[in-house]
Amino acid sequence: MRTISAEKVTEVVRRLCINANCHLPQDVKDRIESFHDAEKWPQAKEILERIMENYQMADEGDRPICQDTGLACVFVKIGQEVHVEGNLAEAIHEGVRQGYTDGYLRKSVVRDPLDRVNTGDNTPAMIYYDIVPGDKLEITVAPKGAGSENMSQIRMLKPSDGLQGVKDFILWAVENAGPNPCPPIVVGVGVGGTFDKAAFLAKKALTRDLNEHNPDPFWADLEKEMLEKINELGIGPQGLGGLTTALAVNIEQMPTHIAALPVAININCHVARHEKEVL
Amino acid sequence: MPISITTPLTREKVRNLKSGDSCLISGVIYTARDAAHKRLCELVAQGKELPLDVKDSIIYFVGPTPARPGEAIGSAGPTTSYRMDAYSPILIAEGQTGMIGKGKRSPEVIAAMKEHGAVYFGAIGGCGALLSNCIKKAEVIAYDDLGAEAIRRLEVENFPVIVIIDSEGNNLYETGRAAYLAQNK
Ligand code: SF4
Repeated sequence: MRTISAEKVTEVVRRLCINANCHLPQDVKDRIESFHDAEKWPQAKEILERIMENYQMADEGDRPICQDTGLACVFVKIGQEVHVEGNLAEAIHEGVRQGYTDGYLRKSVVRDPLDRVNTGDNTPAMIYYDIVPGDKLEITVAPKGAGSENMSQIRMLKPSDGLQGVKDFILWAVENAGPNPCPPIVVGVGVGGTFDKAAFLAKKALTRDLNEHNPDPFWADLEKEMLEKINELGIGPQGLGGLTTALAVNIEQMPTHIAALPVAININCHVARHEKEVL
Repeated sequence: MPISITTPLTREKVRNLKSGDSCLISGVIYTARDAAHKRLCELVAQGKELPLDVKDSIIYFVGPTPARPGEAIGSAGPTTSYRMDAYSPILIAEGQTGMIGKGKRSPEVIAAMKEHGAVYFGAIGGCGALLSNCIKKAEVIAYDDLGAEAIRRLEVENFPVIVIIDSEGNNLYETGRAAYLAQNK
């Protein structure tokens, strides 16, 4: 058994919240820059330039890239051999509380979806646990803005809808979102499982490095094909027209019921934040 | 060349702005998003006085991050505008002439813009660090309890926006994309 203290978890989560919000991951920057080079539509190219200027400014001044510093989505992979001394969930919430306060990040959480009173410290975090073999503790913080989250979709397709149904649904979701989620976007897709598992897969897909494809060649090809198709829509940066509607499509799939074909689409914006640390 | 706009944004200035124009706004603008809009519209319904003078005003849909010591404001980019669609026609009828946000607007908002003379500007979503540089002063003038959602009076200099929908209802989200697609056939 390896022991990790709750204080250590808090310290790491605090740091991840601040870093994720102020520094865009390199894979996202690389994508934006290569689309900027490929983009020929003047208005679109100029917007991508501003976006690049913005994340450079955020880098240099340790400022939030975007004012919507999001719900703190925290993915925790706990090795079976790890013993956390103290309350793990509370340690994570405390890390979020400290990170969002000390880092001058926006407090964007309401305590109840209908009475809508702000909790004042961006807690609770949205925590996703995964128990895995080993003695490591891996924590990923992915702050998620509502502009793109609100454009996400889920649908229980019929098995007979098949591959074409999945493709049509993805394109429909991107078309329906239009300029709202601050394109260029990253499209996370979850296919299979149950209603809720599909949604989780879609969210998890957004934390995958943009340069990595699905390990299964069939699904990797579908990712490439859908990226091309989305970028033929012409929505473009900020929805004003252009090539660069999406930076990447990440798909995750899993087994499902003989009668089911759940598909979830979680849309992320170009401020595709995720920061990981392994303890 | 971008068009320079100085507030107040009179109806006459609004009529000269065309969908697709790049503009730089200087002067005073106000922030408000979901919760503040709801309260403002409740006051209008009750015939009570509003905490800001909406006549010829520009409202920026934004909830900034907290300012660090010595700075006017934190990151301050636009939020998605459709959530204000239920409220904007009421404020436009009260004299508001400009909105800054991002994303689509409803037919009701566009109808109110045409009827009364108002314009919808887009700022680049996800560029909050960059845009905050154009905000020189920020002061909460109402609804402090709402935190990031409080109404702020901002003094801005050369704040960059694009006219998305003009007072005739021309919409750059439709024409910009169509022009790109036509050229890329
Ligand atoms: S969708 Fe993304 S870039 Fe746009 S405002 Fe929200 S968090 Fe920021």
